[in-house]
Amino acid sequence: MTESTTNVGPEVQSAPSDNRGLHLLQEMLRIRRFEERCVELYSRSAIRGFLHLAIGEEACAVGVMAALSREDAVVSTYREHGHAIARGLSMRVIMAELEGKLEGCSRGRGGSMHLFDGTQRFYGGNAIVAGGLPLAVGLALADHLQSRPRVTACFFGDGAVAEGEFHEAMNLAALWHLPVLFCCENNLYAMGTPLQFTESETDLALKAASYRMPSWEVDAMDATAVERAAREATEAVRAGGGPHFLELRTYRFRSHSMYDPDRYRDKSEIERWKQRDPITTLVAQLNHDGQLADGQLERLEAAIAAEVEDAVTFADAGTDEPVDELTRFVTSTGTGGS
Amino acid sequence: MSVITYREAMRQAIREALLRDERVFVMGEDIGHYGGSYAVTLDLLEEFGPERIRDTPLSESGFVGAGIGAALGGMRPIVEVMTVNFSLLALDQIMNNAASLLYMSGGQLNVPLVIRMATGAGRQVGAQHSHSLEGWFAHIPGLRILAPATIEDARGMLWPALEDPDPVLIFEHAMLYNQEGELEEPFQPVDIKSAAVRRSGDELTIIAYGGTLRTALGAAEELATQGIDAEVIDLRCLRPLDTATLLSSVTRTHHAMVVDEGWRSGSLSAEISARITEEVFYDLDAPVSRVCSAEVPMPYAKHLEDAVLPQVLDVVNAAKVLCA
Ligand SMILES: Cc1ncc(C[n+]2csc(CCOP(=O)(O)OP(=O)(O)O)c2C)c(N)n1
Ligand SMILES: [Mg+2]
Repeated sequence: MTESTTNVGPEVQSAPSDNRGLHLLQEMLRIRRFEERCVELYSRSAIRGFLHLAIGEEACAVGVMAALSREDAVVSTYREHGHAIARGLSMRVIMAELEGKLEGCSRGRGGSMHLFDGTQRFYGGNAIVAGGLPLAVGLALADHLQSRPRVTACFFGDGAVAEGEFHEAMNLAALWHLPVLFCCENNLYAMGTPLQFTESETDLALKAASYRMPSWEVDAMDATAVERAAREATEAVRAGGGPHFLELRTYRFRSHSMYDPDRYRDKSEIERWKQRDPITTLVAQLNHDGQLADGQLERLEAAIAAEVEDAVTFADAGTDEPVDELTRFVTSTGTGGS
Repeated sequence: MSVITYREAMRQAIREALLRDERVFVMGEDIGHYGGSYAVTLDLLEEFGPERIRDTPLSESGFVGAGIGAALGGMRPIVEVMTVNFSLLALDQIMNNAASLLYMSGGQLNVPLVIRMATGAGRQVGAQHSHSLEGWFAHIPGLRILAPATIEDARGMLWPALEDPDPVLIFEHAMLYNQEGELEEPFQPVDIKSAAVRRSGDELTIIAYGGTLRTALGAAEELATQGIDAEVIDLRCLRPLDTATLLSSVTRTHHAMVVDEGWRSGSLSAEISARITEEVFYDLDAPVSRVCSAEVPMPYAKHLEDAVLPQVLDVVNAAKVLCA
């Protein structure tokens, strides 16, 4: 059985009062502008390799992160710049990582798909589809065994649902009643393959519910809806309610990666979804509620532009890790043994 | 001095670890209620309870990955995989997470995890339960690969493995579980870094590990009666390899042979042979010799299985050719 926690509708919903709505807006804008800048850097080859952008999907990251505390853990995917930013990694260390610099959050060892920050309990950055789910189960198991009231949030895409590791991890988490918040970012495509071509049951929340896990579908083009659902779920998980599953219904506006010519979907489909851009949706909500002062958005944009610029300056000024450190960190005790 | 089995030595090691460190727990298929598919964890459930002796579903990738996550979360898990053949279902987690996280994260996230599994043939359990794939794992940077071949190592390797900040895989040859041997009391700790000379000799270095150590020692006894004085080295740690111990023996004996239950092509025995020829070629009186398993999926019939595996006589014959 699935429950729906949100209305999916065009009418303007109320944004949360106090500063939460503004916070969500600010974080989404930070992610959006950061990633837009990544595209430019990619075209001038400062960023290389795979680059997966979450433009259009920002509400997932900011809504869930807003519900987590510092002690909680996050396990992510290769489409994780937004998760990392919303979690609190600085744009500087992320940008430096994308440029392969020693000052990056993974010393330039990881790149776009492998952002890590142990101190913020951000466990990456995993480029194996569904590879992070068992890790999240284990992190939660460690919390359970040490009686710590912490939550592990685990992000993955709709494509991961087809993997065996998804089912193994869902079963383990439910069987052992572990504090995991499964966050499935259903953007309807795994690379170029639409969900209905790969799943016999395309209602993913329903699928999750078969593990006896409370599972909700959420309109993830609405950041406040994501935040509400995530808070409710996180509280339930923290209170000992066992794992919960959020199907975050979202859409990516750009191609799967910078290599993807995006031949598999109609431009009109993308345009339709852009009408529901989570940023403009939230701006409308905030305006409707009178929570945005005159010129406030412009000031926010200017501050973010400066932050992004600073991150690029920081990354560009970064250094290359000396090649003689190549085998460092193969093992903890020194250089790599063979 | 007490006489115990390899199985009991392993069990004592696990029990000791559970008593010594609260962060240690054991997880795997049939380790609790059933008592372990090789009875290594027998009765531990009663003593330590289901939180620390954790039966898992048949989800190798899931629970090995959960072991990695629990290690990241501050625990010291001992994950048992029934046999090396089933570990292939968890290869993704072992390779892409356990072995890579420290490096990918720029040194931030180490994974203090121990994975134990049975390996090897000899019980007529056919092509999906008998292979020696530890050489594959020894290919992977970031892992430490151990192969206890003696009672002492079965008893002693687990604790230092748990103290290692990085993932350690322990391969227990299934034919060794019933082997009996003496264990000194009080028990002396062992290292998990070096190879050991198990028999001294001057004319030939036989390099073996795990299940083939007994074969090599048996062959050395036979060779002694035929006038060939063989040294037998037990690798103990398959990655990183203690090359120094091998080379110092070979430079003395001038003859080297590797006995490996793995297949020959692209194997650990190939790696060892390559290192010897790369490093001490001019000390050799003859090319390095190898006695490995026949390159077939393991057959069921006893005579065929015997024909596949390195036997004492194979080693003796190869040694006589090598030293002729
Ligand atoms: C195990 C595995 N198989 C295949 C791939 C190649 N691959 C990378 S992303 C991807 C699509 C995944 O789609 P989804 O889980 O929906 O995430 P999204 O990219 O839509 O965020 C594929 C097939 C991979 N990285 N890992
Ligand atoms: Mg997708």
